[in-house]
Amino acid sequence: MDAQEIIARRVAQELKPGNLVNLGIGIPTLVANYVSPDLKVFFQSENGLIGTGPIPEQGLEHPLLTDAGGRPISALPGASTFDSAMSFGLIRGGHVDVTVLGGLQVDAGGHLANWMIPGKMVPGMGGAMDLVSGAKRVIVAMQHAAKGKSKIVKQCNLPLTSSRPVSLVVTDLAVIGFPDGKATLIETAPGVSVGEVMAVTEAELVVGDRVPEMKI
Amino acid sequence: MRAVSVEEAVAMIPTGASIMVGGFMGVGTPERLLDEVVRQRKSGLTIISNDAALPGKGVGKLFDAALVSRLTATHIGLNPKAQQQMLTNQIGVDLIPQGTFAERIRAGGCGLGGVLTPTGVGTLVAEGKRQIEVDGRPYLLETALRAQFALVHAFLADYLGNLSYALTSRNFNPVMAMAADTVIVTAEHIVPVGVIAPDHVMTPAPLVDYLITNANG
Repeated sequence: MDAQEIIARRVAQELKPGNLVNLGIGIPTLVANYVSPDLKVFFQSENGLIGTGPIPEQGLEHPLLTDAGGRPISALPGASTFDSAMSFGLIRGGHVDVTVLGGLQVDAGGHLANWMIPGKMVPGMGGAMDLVSGAKRVIVAMQHAAKGKSKIVKQCNLPLTSSRPVSLVVTDLAVIGFPDGKATLIETAPGVSVGEVMAVTEAELVVGDRVPEMKI
Repeated sequence: MRAVSVEEAVAMIPTGASIMVGGFMGVGTPERLLDEVVRQRKSGLTIISNDAALPGKGVGKLFDAALVSRLTATHIGLNPKAQQQMLTNQIGVDLIPQGTFAERIRAGGCGLGGVLTPTGVGTLVAEGKRQIEVDGRPYLLETALRAQFALVHAFLADYLGNLSYALTSRNFNPVMAMAADTVIVTAEHIVPVGVIAPDHVMTPAPLVDYLITNANG
């Protein structure tokens, strides 16, 4: 199982029956592959759709039915469409149960930075700030480290996405939560020891007596 | 509402105008109007649009032709030309959160001075803005956004100018149709009055100033 699959499979376990869920671009998009249709989860695409379905077969794409990256998608039976003010009313208004986003950094207090690297990458925040401010639960799905550097840091030095802390971080090595506002090791990836996680994590982690492995 | 040719409509737009353009990554964007803006070389434009689409698509065409001087958007990362024009200061870019973008435009069209949103509190977005507490929670005051023109793309337009939109091409079109002095519309299909049932009209006819006629009409 590669790193992305570990993350996507573990995040999928966080989704509950009937949840309204927004998946960001990148690893978060893969989460849908591991969610059973029996769970009846609704996926929102913030460009104006609840009930996103799989990518249509080649030749069956509809030019007016796309995801937030402009790629063709399909709509499941029971889907609904709406304008952007409604879409972000759903997001900001706490109607979205879970949002899953990528991250550049998450700090010891659960603050996320994921929209800008000053002087290098200034794409814009798109919907990320609204999602992190307004969704009921915010899950960050990202690699634990990039180019050997921990993405779980003491304090973000990149611009924050929101002053509101995230609920959970799922990486290829660990699941980290923030009870009492402190980064806490909740699970390790299969075959990864607590020591190994600590060695590649810049932020201090609270570690309980026994840290279970992810069951994926 | 008046039905006009695309040439006639774009001729009304002065150089340096402020223009809202509907669409999300080019989906739901009035391409025929943008092609004509490029052909008539309307330059120095202030564009208000969710994103910069892609080179050759949607508002991306305006960056290809270097007609934009200011852009208000939420995300331009998928258009390298717009990125480059921003980094070399050819265009001034104001990047704002997408929900805030939608609400500022909605406020502009609904007679509101602005909205209070929790989005952006404690981030770079809050710089220079008033923070207001309501029931102990902090919000940013985000002021209303309007433009001289809104370029809107509908799926159906009837002979009076009632509009409906299809699937994910609705996006910012309905709020923009409320927030500009002059609203110009292209539609995939122009249909007789009554084809769009009253319950299915998403933008009522009195909001539409000009409807672009079919190319060979």
